[in-house]
Amino acid sequence: MNARLARLVLRRIGAALCSLLFVVVAIFALTAALPGDVADMLLGQNATPDATQALRHALHLDQPLWLRFMHWCGGMLHGNAGNSLLTGRPVSEMLAPRLYNSLLLAGATTLVAVPLALVLGLACATWRDSVFDRVMTVLTLGIVSVPAFLIATVSVFVFAVQFRVVPALSDIRSIHSVGQFFLTFAMPVATLASITMAQMIRMIRACMIDVFSAPYMEMAVIKGVPPVRIMLHHALPNAIGPVANAIALSLSSLLGGVVVIETIFNYPGLAQLMVDSVMSRDVPIIQACTLLFCMTYLFLTTLADIVALASVPKGRGA
Amino acid sequence: MRGGRAPYGKAGALGRRQALRLAGAGLFAATLPARAVRAAGAQDPQPRRGGHLNFAGLAASTADTLDPARFALATDYIRGHMFYDGLVMLDAEMMPHPALAERLESDDLQTWHITLRRGVTFHDGAALTAADVVYSLARHKDPAVGSQQRVIAQEMADIQAVGPLDVRVTLRGPNADFPSMLGIVSFSIVRNGTTDFSQANGTGPYTCTEFTPGVRTSGQRNPDYWRSPAPWLDSVDMIGISDDMSRHNALLSHDVDIIASVNPRLVRLLRTRGFGIMESPVGTYTDLAIRLDEGPGRSQDFVTGMKYLFNREQVRDSVFLGFARMGNDQPIPPEHRYFAADLPQRPFDPDRARFYLRRSGMMETGVPLVCSPAALASVDIAVVLQYAAQQVGLSLPIRRMPADGYWTEYWMKTPMGFGNTNPRPSLDMTFALNFASGAPWNESRWRDPRFDQLLLAARAQRDEAVRRQIYHDMQVMIHEGAGICLPAFTTSLDAFNPRVRGLAPSQAGQLMGFDFLSHVWLDDAAGGAA
Repeated sequence: MNARLARLVLRRIGAALCSLLFVVVAIFALTAALPGDVADMLLGQNATPDATQALRHALHLDQPLWLRFMHWCGGMLHGNAGNSLLTGRPVSEMLAPRLYNSLLLAGATTLVAVPLALVLGLACATWRDSVFDRVMTVLTLGIVSVPAFLIATVSVFVFAVQFRVVPALSDIRSIHSVGQFFLTFAMPVATLASITMAQMIRMIRACMIDVFSAPYMEMAVIKGVPPVRIMLHHALPNAIGPVANAIALSLSSLLGGVVVIETIFNYPGLAQLMVDSVMSRDVPIIQACTLLFCMTYLFLTTLADIVALASVPKGRGA
Repeated sequence: MRGGRAPYGKAGALGRRQALRLAGAGLFAATLPARAVRAAGAQDPQPRRGGHLNFAGLAASTADTLDPARFALATDYIRGHMFYDGLVMLDAEMMPHPALAERLESDDLQTWHITLRRGVTFHDGAALTAADVVYSLARHKDPAVGSQQRVIAQEMADIQAVGPLDVRVTLRGPNADFPSMLGIVSFSIVRNGTTDFSQANGTGPYTCTEFTPGVRTSGQRNPDYWRSPAPWLDSVDMIGISDDMSRHNALLSHDVDIIASVNPRLVRLLRTRGFGIMESPVGTYTDLAIRLDEGPGRSQDFVTGMKYLFNREQVRDSVFLGFARMGNDQPIPPEHRYFAADLPQRPFDPDRARFYLRRSGMMETGVPLVCSPAALASVDIAVVLQYAAQQVGLSLPIRRMPADGYWTEYWMKTPMGFGNTNPRPSLDMTFALNFASGAPWNESRWRDPRFDQLLLAARAQRDEAVRRQIYHDMQVMIHEGAGICLPAFTTSLDAFNPRVRGLAPSQAGQLMGFDFLSHVWLDDAAGGAA
């Protein structure tokens, strides 16, 4: 690896860190701007002004904002995200099992979605305007346009209620064998994969068609290079950058953006935890979750950018 | 006051002192009837022991708790009944019966002597003592605990252990309904000194095997339960599914055996597929509160006009699809033993409404109706009301607020806003907390010194007939004076797989007053639903 590429990569990582810093401040400001706090939410309809004030004092919520921000930043630097205001347990302890669940679901979806999307996207681009391409276009546009909850609810109704082949709820505890693993994850993974795949296929197809229109591709065809070789040796290397970006964008929402899926299958993941915490104003958890989602997003997009940088011969200085 | 009745003389004649003297003359111990609580589902022949039940409630979040003081939702109350017991339990008619307390006695209705049941043990094996009871009750008064029932708990001025199994509670004033108050699940008994509620250590029918907030609560039969032979089930899993469709699908696919809060639109579908529906006549109501201290509500004519604008039949039949009982602008539901049945039902009368509204001079106020999904069905009720208002020439803009933060930001803070109130164990509590002049949740800011006097009089009254009369008149006063428009009482709908037996409706709340898990049993011979 040469110095020029290293510099570009470092600059990209530096930009990511700056974004992270901005996100940290933004998270704190936004959670502070939420109407009401955990004391209001805990007491709810049964609140009286003095009871709320007393509870607020007991939870140290009456400290000034900057002081709480300092405490929080100080804690984060030591790897301590604080305690949940609601349960009093450490944030890390509450996050860990949810993160595991979310990673499991996101991982399974990625394993299914990425290879399938690549193959189908490339096939669409290769046989552009064929019957296959048209059918795929209609299918992918259709799936992208239908909201996730509808796909999930209808498939639960068909496969779990009518045919009773899979459970309606995805209960991780019930998994004791590989078969059960597939049954439990079949529905949520299928729903999530179909949505992310649809996006990826559309974007991969567009990138590839873009590359196909380049003069050197025409040259390769005229030379009589077989189609598979054109695809893998001439087109794909030149499309890796945009394709990696398309995949990263689709995957980055899998951790935090699947509230609907988690709700419908009653799957205890991070997104659900985040929504709960916003509802109850459990600020330390909101902050930790948001930070985690932002970091995932930044990690994936930065990774895609680095892949793109590394794949461009000009960037490599060759 | 109209509707004032003979038993206690002319209007305004009954002072607080007189009422107390009356009660003092009795000088008998107000002892709770010791009759055993009716085994639920007596129609079912032979309850069978064993099996595992899956239950899905309406909500699960990280706010789920095992701390009785923080119980806020129906799922919390169910969890509470799973692992804990109170001193008192409420039956299907909301009558208090002794539970962990063997006897509750008082000579003056102010100092109560509680004798605890002998031989009750916590899940960790420790015996129940007076110290546990003192701790469990007194902690509600500590603001740092964040108790939902702090206002009510403050009625207990002094709580002391006077023997290993004897507790003396001194109230701030006489209150014959003190036993009912102890029937609130939040006043369940925990071990003395408990501050960590990540596990439950109670005396209840199940021991806690797993508790993950927002995910699951699991329990196993407590073999040493004092109400033996209950519970019948070996183990129970409780989850929360907030999505309506998913919750119903989970029942239809047999993933769960019971679901709470059935959508009225799906009742027929569930019935045709062989599932059972339980309708519980709980006294929950959604009301429009018109503040009497600001805005158009300062005109009594405006309030009266608005009350005539409610098309209660339409609210019951189209908003609640018939699963509700009509309200009469006072908070006591028709099935309650103290319900003022002779109070004429206020009709939907656009002509009279127009007359009163015109006379109030408030036709052009433009004050909005504030509603929110947080207050059950209030958005739909607001639309029904808006339509009726249009017919009489009153323009009522609707402002729909998000559920999130509604109770702290909007409720009771706008001239006209909707609220939602759950039934309380006694009329005294309903009146004292929601309608008395100084009540913390007096939605319409209605003030009537005579109402306050009657409230105190009823508390100190042992004579059932006199109490009934007082409560009757208080309902009439609210019906006529308060700024509360109460169109309907909701019915709680819960659905179950036919193999679940022993369920019976209760006025005390959803699913047998949240206590169904110590009553139900599984009949696997019954065959599943389609």
